[in-house]
Amino acid sequence: MNALLDVRGLTVELPTERGWIRPVNDVTFTLAPGETLGIVGESGSGKTMLVLALMGLTPPGARRTGEAWLYPRSSNGNRSGTDNSVQRSTRRTDLTVANSEQIRAIRGREIAMIFQEPMTALNPVMRVGAQIEEAITVHEARVSAAEAHRLAVAALERASVPEPALRARQYPHQLSGGLRQRAMIAMALAAGPRILIADEPTTALDVTVQKQILELLVNLQRDLGLAMIFITHDLGVVAQVAARVAVMYAGRIVEEGPVQEILRDPRHPYTVGLLRAAPRLERGKVTPIPGTVPSLNALPPGCAFAPRCEFRRTECDERVPDLRRVNAEHTARCVLVAAEGALST
Amino acid sequence: MTPPILAVRNLRKSYSVSVGAFAAASHHATAVENVSFDLERGETLGIVGESGCGKTTLARMLMRLIEPDSGEIDYRGENFLAAKGSNLRTLRRGIQMVFQDPAGSLDPRMPVAAIVGEPLAIHEPQLSRTEARARIIETLAAVGMEADALTRYPHEFSGGQKQRVGIARALILRPEIVIGDEPVSALDVSVGAQILELLAKLQRDLNLTYILISHSLPVVAQLATRVAVMRKGSFVEIGPATEVLTNPIDPYAKSLLAAVPEIPA
Repeated sequence: MNALLDVRGLTVELPTERGWIRPVNDVTFTLAPGETLGIVGESGSGKTMLVLALMGLTPPGARRTGEAWLYPRSSNGNRSGTDNSVQRSTRRTDLTVANSEQIRAIRGREIAMIFQEPMTALNPVMRVGAQIEEAITVHEARVSAAEAHRLAVAALERASVPEPALRARQYPHQLSGGLRQRAMIAMALAAGPRILIADEPTTALDVTVQKQILELLVNLQRDLGLAMIFITHDLGVVAQVAARVAVMYAGRIVEEGPVQEILRDPRHPYTVGLLRAAPRLERGKVTPIPGTVPSLNALPPGCAFAPRCEFRRTECDERVPDLRRVNAEHTARCVLVAAEGALST
Repeated sequence: MTPPILAVRNLRKSYSVSVGAFAAASHHATAVENVSFDLERGETLGIVGESGCGKTTLARMLMRLIEPDSGEIDYRGENFLAAKGSNLRTLRRGIQMVFQDPAGSLDPRMPVAAIVGEPLAIHEPQLSRTEARARIIETLAAVGMEADALTRYPHEFSGGQKQRVGIARALILRPEIVIGDEPVSALDVSVGAQILELLAKLQRDLNLTYILISHSLPVVAQLATRVAVMRKGSFVEIGPATEVLTNPIDPYAKSLLAAVPEIPA
């Protein structure tokens, strides 16, 4: 098979005062080399916890079950610009059971992550260049200081940072929000990862800067053959960067498929509701979803969206619906799929 | 023609900025420069701009939370900037504000009844307890909240419900003008849509005049009848919403519109 990442039944459980909750519940998806998967959901949907679980960054006390297989680079498919002095694993790794040594070898080198707020991800008292050098040397100890510096400046240049040598000598607070995000992207890509996880990377930015960062990510992804998991709450953003999208609600993927198809012909009532609720440039097109997201402590026994759903039936409350196939590429976790035609938007 | 409810002329505000921690010299950074507009009764003026453009400083001057360096604000035909004492208090009642962060703008130690009722206690101290309570319940009902919220505290509510409490606090004095400063930016899409719908309903029911400040053109598009685009402290374009949001003239307004990630139809 041609998967880079194969996630099967991934579940994350966290202890709370009122018992265990499942912020990530039975999530299954694959990511192919060079592909961008968008993950859309509102706060509490589990989208961030899902990717933290892949990075081995779940909070203390969390339980992870299921599988998340990271497949090795094919021997002839190595496109990394950095040298190959470190032997990379030739066997697949299950990220849910990988030990800390294995995870350290994977973070940055195989899977890298960028965050919403670069100021909290960058070290404020360390020059930008030094932070990128660190991301390189942690994986390649034999790289000389001069070479690491050269690679760091090159990484900034690749992220379209103007005057990269000057910026490498500056501190994060001396950079604008957009430049800080570019510096974080440079750092994430410095060790030549195959997968980039971007968690709301443009949410804190002005729209004109957001546009530039999205274009940069799309270009880098194409030029480097990166696979990307792009988390966002914004359906307009996901349409610009991703080919495929998974919609999450209360810890589960409720719909997955090609972006354009899902925006045009959504099959899960929650996706329909999200599309209707998103403000557009025309006036009066917004229809709210009634009610609120259920607490993970008190999920209904059946479909978690049923209490807010205008199409609710008795069977929705009996058990959690399976993911049903709309077509070869499109699935939705709703009893209406195949039972009826398309839900109208 | 009826006179505008609010007439703003050449409003200006600058701050002195010191360069570097030990710099002796400082220079002036202009936050708002030469802003003028008329607000017509019953309209919604949307003000859009990116961070640092001065939109929040402008809103705060309209509330007289900060004093402008120069300019005029005429409210109900009176010089709002010169108003003092009881006259200022009376005028101030008519302009209320809804803030971006519902969690940060509600006192966590106060129950909802006290948060919503506080403006009443200040502006209408003559009301009896029963009368005040009835007004609070009536106002909460207007924003879609039950009376059982009265004794609860902000942390017990979701973000959308907290924003409803913030709106109730703004409405309890029965203002004419409500200024919303990014009122849905901190909320999820489905909840933000509920608040936008509520604001539209309240405007119809209570005949309110809105100033809606946001970084988001699609959000402003939902309510605004007129839109002003702000950049570096000035309005670069102002006009009917349908024109500014579809066919702006100013180059910056054009680039702002072009950067909106639109959901394909």
